[in-house]
Amino acid sequence: MDAATASVTLQESATTVETRPLVYRTRLPVRIWHWTNALTIFVMLMSGATIFNAHPRLYWGKYGATFETPWLEIGRQGQQGFLRLGSLQFDTTGFLGLTEHSTRAFPPLVTIPNYYSLAEGRQWHFFFAWVLVVSIAGFVIYALFSRHLSHDLALTREERKLSHLWHDIKEHAHLRFPTGEAAKAYNPLQKIAYLSVIFVLIPLVVLTGMTMSPTLNAAFPWLLDIFGGRQSARSIHFLCATGFLAFIFIHLLMVLLAGPFNELRSIITGWYRLPAERRPKP
Amino acid sequence: MTIITRRTALVGASGLLLAGCEKITTSPTVRKVLTLGEKATLSGQRLVTDRNALAPEFTRADISPKFRMNGNRLPGSPEYQAHMASNFADWRLEIGGKVARPFSLTLAQLKAAPQRTQITRHDCVEGWSAIGEWTGVPLGLLLRQAQVSPSAQYIVFHCADDFSGKPYYESIDMIDALHPQTILAHTMNRQPLPVGHGAPIRLRVERALGYKQAKYVMKIEAVETLAGLYGGGGGYWEDHSGYQWFAGI
Repeated sequence: MDAATASVTLQESATTVETRPLVYRTRLPVRIWHWTNALTIFVMLMSGATIFNAHPRLYWGKYGATFETPWLEIGRQGQQGFLRLGSLQFDTTGFLGLTEHSTRAFPPLVTIPNYYSLAEGRQWHFFFAWVLVVSIAGFVIYALFSRHLSHDLALTREERKLSHLWHDIKEHAHLRFPTGEAAKAYNPLQKIAYLSVIFVLIPLVVLTGMTMSPTLNAAFPWLLDIFGGRQSARSIHFLCATGFLAFIFIHLLMVLLAGPFNELRSIITGWYRLPAERRPKP
Repeated sequence: MTIITRRTALVGASGLLLAGCEKITTSPTVRKVLTLGEKATLSGQRLVTDRNALAPEFTRADISPKFRMNGNRLPGSPEYQAHMASNFADWRLEIGGKVARPFSLTLAQLKAAPQRTQITRHDCVEGWSAIGEWTGVPLGLLLRQAQVSPSAQYIVFHCADDFSGKPYYESIDMIDALHPQTILAHTMNRQPLPVGHGAPIRLRVERALGYKQAKYVMKIEAVETLAGLYGGGGGYWEDHSGYQWFAGI
């Protein structure tokens, strides 16, 4: 049965959201990839935090060690934890640099393992690096051949117009999300966010990660030229991690605002209940 | 009466979460599964990297103004102290194990052998990097002279330094051992190798992380297996801190 017809007929009599029809919105491979990737990104962020703790300073260029000036540093001075960004210094006591239970840059609550072990952090990071690479490759191939990419993710000609995008930004700012039939598809900002993760953030984090490997430097020296040296690659790798954090924050916020139960059902079972059309203001 | 504040609830919940996490990270099965990643990395990197592909070399303008030291900075053994006092005049490098012709060399003999100079980047496992200029004898040259047995799989470096009485050692496979940039460096930035950096010689194996760059090398041994040698992990950090034997990433 056509879900669209059903939704229209039901809309006439329905007064509550609950009676609106369920539509099958998220296909199984997409759901599998979403959860594999979600787990992988969390493990990567947390084991990456352990690795960062070994030398919580970031530099630009080919080299950088304790004698060079970092552009970012997390540390502690006496009884104060700090994050230093260039010449700006922020007091982060209790969160970063110094907490009740740790004197490391990132506290044990956000690291894998939950104690300091560079060796174990690396073991987790490099195992899940393979999971990340294999799953994103599998997903992109699926997305191409199933037309998930062209049908669901790619912006339509109309959506690519700046006026359209600007309208979507304003709608988001007012927390007015698509309803009814429009909610079946991803909205333009959502598409841009997902495309950025799939085609910018993940490839960039993988390539900068590879650039930090001394053996791969011998195999692909051009990676060093692209990113401006190993320490620059390490900095960009960290910025990508920050990008993932920002994505996760906004993504979860959007899930909460759009209705967490419905959104979770859709990404677990694939079935989604279309939100009711907004009544026009009198 | 017990009052559960938000704070105690949070602390309690995170405590439970941490305990759960620790159960996973310390599980022997999980650890075994994770080593598959290390194996995949070793095979994958060997597959895409030609055995003679060179690590990037830099110009003198790229050299770090100050080169941070890694590992031990001053071996404490009386034997090493005596070598240091005599400026390594009586020091000899032994080459043995699975070789047809074991031999030893003085520092002067090493310096008289064919040399290679390279400006390369040293990457510590912790994340920092320093660039320096190294001069030394290609390890492959010495191994060929010793006629290393075809059954040898690894080259082990026995060092003069130790951590709390546990001697430092490292090992590399034959691909890295015969790599043109793998040298025994006695000169750093055109000066005799300082004690802090591993005098009289340190290994430079340029496609690997810092902990493979064994300092204070006293003896080189060709072996068929790493099992039975010290802790069996193939290196001090591998044995005592669980570092991955393959240090290409």
